[in-house]
Amino acid sequence: MKALRNYLDKIKPNFEEGGKLAMFGSVFEGIETFLFVPNTTSKSGVHIHDSIDSKRTMTVVIIALLPALLFGMYNVGYQHNLAVGADPGFLMTFIFGFLAVLPKIIVSYVVGLGIEFAVAQVKKEEIQEGFLVSGILIPMIVPVDTPLWMIAVATAFAVIFAKEVFGGTGYNVFNVALVTRAFLFFAYPAAMSGDQVWVRTADTFGIGAGTVVDGFSGATPLGQISIAAKDSFHGIVNVIGEPVSTWDAFIGLIPGSIGETSVLAILIGAVILLYTGIASWKTMISVFVGGAVMSVIFNMIGTTVSMDTSVLDQLFLGGFAFGAVFMATDPVTSARTETGKYIYGFLVGAMAIIIRALNPGYPEGMMLAILLMNVFAPLIDYYVVGANINRRINRVKLDK
Amino acid sequence: MGLLSSKNKEVLVGPLSTNNPVIVQMLGICSALAVTSKLEPSIVMGISVTAVVAFANVIISLLRNTIPNRIRIIVQLVVVAALVTIVSEVLKAFAYDVNKQLSVFVGLIITNCILMGRLEAFALGNGPWESFLDGIGNGLGYALILVIVGFFRELLGSGTLLGFQVIPEACYKLGYVNNGLMILPPMALIVIAVIIWVHRSRNKELQEN
Repeated sequence: MKALRNYLDKIKPNFEEGGKLAMFGSVFEGIETFLFVPNTTSKSGVHIHDSIDSKRTMTVVIIALLPALLFGMYNVGYQHNLAVGADPGFLMTFIFGFLAVLPKIIVSYVVGLGIEFAVAQVKKEEIQEGFLVSGILIPMIVPVDTPLWMIAVATAFAVIFAKEVFGGTGYNVFNVALVTRAFLFFAYPAAMSGDQVWVRTADTFGIGAGTVVDGFSGATPLGQISIAAKDSFHGIVNVIGEPVSTWDAFIGLIPGSIGETSVLAILIGAVILLYTGIASWKTMISVFVGGAVMSVIFNMIGTTVSMDTSVLDQLFLGGFAFGAVFMATDPVTSARTETGKYIYGFLVGAMAIIIRALNPGYPEGMMLAILLMNVFAPLIDYYVVGANINRRINRVKLDK
Repeated sequence: MGLLSSKNKEVLVGPLSTNNPVIVQMLGICSALAVTSKLEPSIVMGISVTAVVAFANVIISLLRNTIPNRIRIIVQLVVVAALVTIVSEVLKAFAYDVNKQLSVFVGLIITNCILMGRLEAFALGNGPWESFLDGIGNGLGYALILVIVGFFRELLGSGTLLGFQVIPEACYKLGYVNNGLMILPPMALIVIAVIIWVHRSRNKELQEN
């Protein structure tokens, strides 16, 4: 640690104004503050000192994402093995998934951070740390077979148009990772939906591959639900036609986007986020409540398979849990006021189930629900603050 | 005063860039979003609007001293509607396919904000020749943006230009896929935003604070 500090101090003059590497100044600054908590503190205005800054916050979020990511990697291999009827053991299964996911993470970080670094250097600002989390979220919310160049294009689009044009980290209206996914979803629907992209049947860097077993179908549970006819539906099945229970959906050994399948791993992440106080439990809980209430209402109507899906299945399948824990709680794009968090979360959950149940074109509604509510978050805050002011004005009047 | 004095030249050339109706005055955005998913309808739409603005400007300019002020909007609408009907009939006769692609948007030229804007702001106060130049200039300024947007949307969204395959088959074999979002109207908004971005960064005096 000490040696690293000394080394950084030694090379620091090169990057300062007038140094020979001044053009990489913001890159150096970014790496230095990533490795060591900076000594500088705010000098003016109202401020509260805390031992944690936004780089440390982002690091905690990434740690919270790790269980879901690691499980996602294992699941990629597991689904592949099911599809080709192989059983190479735990380690090879994980390595297959690791190699399939790693290029996506690298592409997402290289493209996103590249743009961030370039913008920071042009605007002569510090590098903003927001992309640390977006960069790991992006590979976790795409199917395993999405081509890398599409991820690169979508990441570039999202970082530029959803973030930099609004002023960078902390000013974005929409969740950057979800804009990336929305761009992929609408621009390249064939690579983002259907039943061909969720399970990799080809090899990864020469590992795996084989003949696909008879009766293989790569459709996700929600995909099956959305197209099934009510009178001929016998429950959701996995890729080789065996039935999937609610417990399987909770553990997460089902096809889906890389990081979203395991509710268990996501809950571990949720505990980390809530314990450190980084995500709001109010938003998180109310997303689940909203989803549950809406599922119960649709259960009562129950005219399609999607409406008939049980509450637990609705909350466990697809990206609902992932969105509720990691996306809806994004402090920048969600509602800020305490009452607003309940309203915002409830509407995210309710809207996700409405989209699932009423629009067969979109088997999963979580992405669109969160993006939609991102738009309304400032409005919710505006009215919550307004209501609070009115309440207090009335109280003053009563006292007189 | 010559036919192309410096003032008239400014009237004609200004709307192409620094006073562009779409990217500076923000008029006519709706049709620019709706018809630009392919290059061909963009061009036809641009020509149609240019023709209608130019002749509506001339007619209103000729009538400007006889139109009672209170009913001028009605008179303008009648003139524009008559011209749009002529354009629509010509398109139906000579470019039926494009007319079908443009569908309702040819008729909606009547409500195009650029038309009313030019008639109100220019034709009512200037002679026929200046008004004609102003109409041509604004129509071409509008057409220019439509063509740029249509070019990028057709190239990236369909891989074609004017219906001809531009992106080679080999690219598709390598895994290239057309960007479906480009066909959808939201992307037209973003392409226009990028054009505005580039334009404002080159013309600093247009930047708002």
